Formats: sequence, structure tokens, C-alpha cells
Amino acid sequence: MSIVNFTPVPALIGGALIGLSAAFLLLARGRIAGISGIAGGIVYPAYPNDINWRILFVLGLVLGGFIYQWLGLGAGVEQIQALVDKPMLILGGLLVGIGTQIGTGCTSGHGICGLARRSPRSLVATLSFMGSAILTLFIVRHLLGVGQ
Amino acid sequence: MSPILRCLSVLIAGTLFGFGLAVAQMIDPAKVLNFLDFAGSWDPSLAFVMAGGLAVNALVTPLILKRDKPLFAEFFRLPKKTQIDTRLIVGGLIFGAGWGIAGYCPGPMITSLSFVNSDILTVLAAFILGTFASRWVLAQRDKPAESTGAMVVGAAKAGR
Repeated sequence: MSIVNFTPVPALIGGALIGLSAAFLLLARGRIAGISGIAGGIVYPAYPNDINWRILFVLGLVLGGFIYQWLGLGAGVEQIQALVDKPMLILGGLLVGIGTQIGTGCTSGHGICGLARRSPRSLVATLSFMGSAILTLFIVRHLLGVGQ
Repeated sequence: MSPILRCLSVLIAGTLFGFGLAVAQMIDPAKVLNFLDFAGSWDPSLAFVMAGGLAVNALVTPLILKRDKPLFAEFFRLPKKTQIDTRLIVGGLIFGAGWGIAGYCPGPMITSLSFVNSDILTVLAAFILGTFASRWVLAQRDKPAESTGAMVVGAAKAGR
């Protein structure tokens, strides 16, 4: 194992901003900042009157990315691309969609908000998806030799 | 309770979240996948993203929840479920597999629309399809009472 491209300071600052955002959403609207849940309620709404705030939050997610680039911090974002080909991207996206809806949460909802509330459910979910992701990457990258 | 402030607060929260994802470089799947790669080129950065997010949130959340209600809503909506079931674990395992394959979890997928390319559109379209399909199936499964009810009524009529 070798350690590469380690950027602890932007990682901590970015993480703290995400934590602040989640706290602010809770304070302002009493909602959990779980992205898969927020997006899921737009894609297939459970209640018809519960969509507007979700769309605003998702618009904000994109706006945040624009502001990052507008501030000149985004040097090189246009070079960012996936490490795997389109069929693997489709498979990955499908599994993320299915898994987050079955498991009612993703990296943000379970990993940050749930763990911060010391929810045992979120701890189990986080361990499940982290373990599965590490194992899957090992199989895809090191056993199948894809996306190196 | 001003409707403009109500809406603005959510937009600000989303923007802060997306900006944080970009600063943390979680919008780069190479970085995310390297975090998961203990056997090869390991990049521990993502652990610091989670630590930063958790620290702030764990510190502030209990203070927020001491309030009677949020600033611009009637009540806090926290997940009520406490039971650890198979569904939770299976969902986590499926999500993790998808994350380990492509390196995109839902937040970064959406924020990456700010520099959209065909890779991002592909993974996002697949995510939306997977989300729609599974929510549809779960919605069908969660209302068996209605459908059995209808069947019983139908059977009774047929029996007459």
C-alpha cells in the first residue's frame, strides 16, 4: 500500500462545510440532509406537497459546484472524468440508486447525519456500504483489472 | 414565517453542501476510489471529510434539537425507525457495490452537474432509474393491505 494525493486540509474544511449545511437544514427546516432521500422524493414522490424544498436543495448542490468554479477554486474540474467505461457507470449508478432507496440512506444521511445522532441503524448501514465498497473496488480494480 | 426565508434557507443549505463537496474534492471519482483502495494507492482524505462533517454535526445537532421546533417549519422530522433489519444491510451492501464500481455517491453526482460531461449524465441517469424503480417496487410492496382488501371484496362479490 502506498499513500497518494493526500489532501487533509481541504478534506477537513469541505467536510466541516457539509456538516454545517446539514446542521443548518435541520435548524431551518427540521430535515435530515440525506441526499439519496431528498433526491428520491423528487424522482418518486411519497407525498405530492413535499417536493419544492427538495428541488431547491438539489439546485443548491449544483449552485455550490458553480460557485466553487466561479471563485477560481475549480482548476482542473473539466478534466475530471470517470475511471470506468459507460457500461460500468450505468451499473454503478443503478446499484447506487437501488441500494440507497432499499437501505434508506447514503454517505450523507447515514454516514454523516445518522452517525452524528449516534443512530445504531446508521452505524450498521455505514459499515455495510463502506465494507461493500472496499471489497467491490478490490475485485474490480485488482482482480478484474478494470479502471486502474 | 416568511416564505422567502423558508425557501432561501434550503437553497443556502444545498449550496453549502455542494460547495463543501467540491472543496473536499469528492466530485473526483478517482479520489473517492483511491480512498477505498487499501490494497493499492490509498488516499486517506475522505476519512477527513467524514471526520470534519461528523465533528461539526455531532457538536451542533444536540443543541439544535433542544429547540421546540425548527426556524421555518412546524417540527423536526427525524427517522423514527430504530430496528436493524436485513433491508438496511442489503441496501447498504448494494449501494456500496455501486459506489465501489463507479466512485460516485448521490451528492457528488448532482454537484458534478456544474461541470457536466457524458460520464456524469450517464451515472446520474442510471441513479435516477435505479431510484425510481426501487421506490416504485417498495411502494407496491408497502401497500399490500389495500390490494388484499380489494381482492377480498372481489372474491366476496364473485361468490354471491
